[in-house]
Amino acid sequence: MTSWLRIKAIFFKELIQLKRDRMTFGMIVMIPLIQLLLFGYAINTNIRHIPAGVVDMSQTGISRLLIQTVQATQVVDVQHYFQNEEQAQAAIARADIRAVLFIPQDISQRLARHPSVGLGTPASTDEETTRPIAQWIVDGSDTIVAGAIKGLKGMPLVELLNKPANRSVPTFEITLLFNPEQRTVVNIVPGLVGIILTMTMIMFTSAAIVRERERGNMEMLITTPVRPIELMLGKIIPYIFIGSIQVSIILGLGYTLFNVPVNGGLWDLAGATFLFITASLTLGLVISTIAKNQLQSMQMTVFILMPSILLSGFMFPYEGMPEAAQYIAEALPATHFMRMIRGIVAREVDLFAMSYDVYWLALFTLAGLVVASLRFMKRLD
Amino acid sequence: MSNVIIKASKLTRHFEHVKAVQALDLEIEQGQIYGFLGPNGSGKTTAMRMLIGLLSPTSGEIQVLGHALPQQAEAVRLQIGYMTQKFSLYDDLTVLENLKFIANIYGLPVKHQSKRINELLSIYGLEKKQSQLAGSMSGGQRQRLSLAAATLHHPKILFLDEPTSAVDPENRRDFWEQLFDLSDQGTTILVSTHYMDEAERCHKLAILETGIKRADGSPQTLMQNMGANVIEIEAQDLRGLKQSLLPLDGVISAAQLGTRLRVLISDHIQNPVAFLQQQNCIHPQDVLENVRPSLEDVFVTSTGRSTP
Ligand SMILES: Nc1ncnc2c1ncn2[C@@H]1O[C@H](COP(=O)(O)OP(=O)(O)OP(=O)(O)O)[C@@H](O)[C@H]1O
Ligand SMILES: [Mg+2]
Repeated sequence: MTSWLRIKAIFFKELIQLKRDRMTFGMIVMIPLIQLLLFGYAINTNIRHIPAGVVDMSQTGISRLLIQTVQATQVVDVQHYFQNEEQAQAAIARADIRAVLFIPQDISQRLARHPSVGLGTPASTDEETTRPIAQWIVDGSDTIVAGAIKGLKGMPLVELLNKPANRSVPTFEITLLFNPEQRTVVNIVPGLVGIILTMTMIMFTSAAIVRERERGNMEMLITTPVRPIELMLGKIIPYIFIGSIQVSIILGLGYTLFNVPVNGGLWDLAGATFLFITASLTLGLVISTIAKNQLQSMQMTVFILMPSILLSGFMFPYEGMPEAAQYIAEALPATHFMRMIRGIVAREVDLFAMSYDVYWLALFTLAGLVVASLRFMKRLD
Repeated sequence: MSNVIIKASKLTRHFEHVKAVQALDLEIEQGQIYGFLGPNGSGKTTAMRMLIGLLSPTSGEIQVLGHALPQQAEAVRLQIGYMTQKFSLYDDLTVLENLKFIANIYGLPVKHQSKRINELLSIYGLEKKQSQLAGSMSGGQRQRLSLAAATLHHPKILFLDEPTSAVDPENRRDFWEQLFDLSDQGTTILVSTHYMDEAERCHKLAILETGIKRADGSPQTLMQNMGANVIEIEAQDLRGLKQSLLPLDGVISAAQLGTRLRVLISDHIQNPVAFLQQQNCIHPQDVLENVRPSLEDVFVTSTGRSTP
């Protein structure tokens, strides 16, 4: 029979130890706080002010107007002018600039024949109308930078011309739901809840059993009538509260600083978070029964943390990953939570609509508790 | 039926390269204070851990309170208390918090807890230390706390692994007074030590060396059946004398004690004083005296070592 008295004893012991460990105690608050500020302000996929250069072979009013128009998009920041293409490419290689706008000598003729200008006479040949008016040479190694420059491909030329341009009709009309202003934080803030919980929850419990062993308390503990499952439950319950505090910090600040409201139900949020916290904590416990010392438990935590950051959908869309990577991602609790929390925060989805992830996390927790309890031997050999 | 409550037969434990305990036979009766006397690495801790069910024996059998260990270890948990050699309570908990934790873990009803804890605090002189962190206490205080924690649930058997290693001689006497009190109340105590004076206080003891039991019995029987006589010699150059005596057949050991040389002579020599006086290195003016053997002498004869 499981004894609540014993679970309670372990629970309070953990709380007291945590309270006396100022460093860890501070980390509980500081980790979410600092990380949220860092990521919230730093990560931005709407790229602006890419340092760029210009090679202007025509030196005409038109070419200067084109440069001004490009500057006005704020995507690039023209910092250097070069005589020729070689110089410009060398500057890209040195990483002085990330892209170069190459304006050919005959830009005026090209512009005159450009479809957006549509000068009728004399009739343009097909070859003439398909000629772009200038060229971008880009450092393609960073795909996000390259993508931003690619976005300039269809830049309207209205200001370049004195007369209204022939508007090209887009093939698709696009309606952006949930995040019409395309603010990165809407995705980052809830994602960060998953990453920070993965980090702190696994880290705290992965050291839980090892620490007792390293400090020499284990020999006393296993001589008592405490059962493995009682020990495990007593050790994770305090961190359920701590995890909840961290979630509140992140989402609270996300709302006040970055204006990311929780659109979905608070009970759905609480439910999803509880499931994920317990799953992460039991994963930590399992690590703790495998690791021989705290360094090893730390290494294993990082081993889980890295794929949780990279594969869970936090950084890159799950759908874009190869199938094999998706299988790995599916095995990580963070992936399931990422889906749930983004759904709840941004799209007002309720838990019933995500029952697959709910069951998955619940089963993961149960399996983790069983494995940790079975692995925990009340023996020294 | 005798009231043997700890019984081990042919108990053996090997680690990779070490035979820590070899074919140990033990019978400990209820209410006894049973001692393990042995030098470092003689297998005291290993034997004790096996008798508690924390280590599985390589071979051999253990019965504690009628339960086979380590298979039925959980059945005896509530009836035994264990004080580890290294302090194993929580350094970052206070005395009171540690005792409360133990009380809860052993399922002591909440309404009886504070009474029992106060009782222990006063028995072990820890009242003034209740709110001090265990990690900041002196070695002796910590050992008293460990004993308090090990006895909190009124165990039938108490395992104490070198409980007084950090205690000064005077406090050691008090510590033993408390053990006798527990013993009078019917608690069986298994205690390991490498102090002779402590070993002498045990009802029975086993002398261990390199995992092998060299002798066992009550201190008196051990001393009587030692198989050697003890002669103390008062002479001039004791170091020189020791060097000359040691190679002699029949001389087991010679140790300088202040102005005297304590010589152990095997009891196949009928008259040890006469035997020594025949030797060239003994001068007529030297004083030879046949003295009562001590436990240390037993230790030396049974292990061939001079100190535990
Ligand atoms: N876990 C272990 N792994 C390998 N060898 C061990 C282990 N535990 C003990 N030993 C070895 O077994 C032998 C007996 O050790 P044990 O700790 O039982 O001695 P002891 O009598 O308690 O010594 P001490 O007086 O120093 O406490 C030693 O040689 C020790 O190195
Ligand atoms: Mg020992």
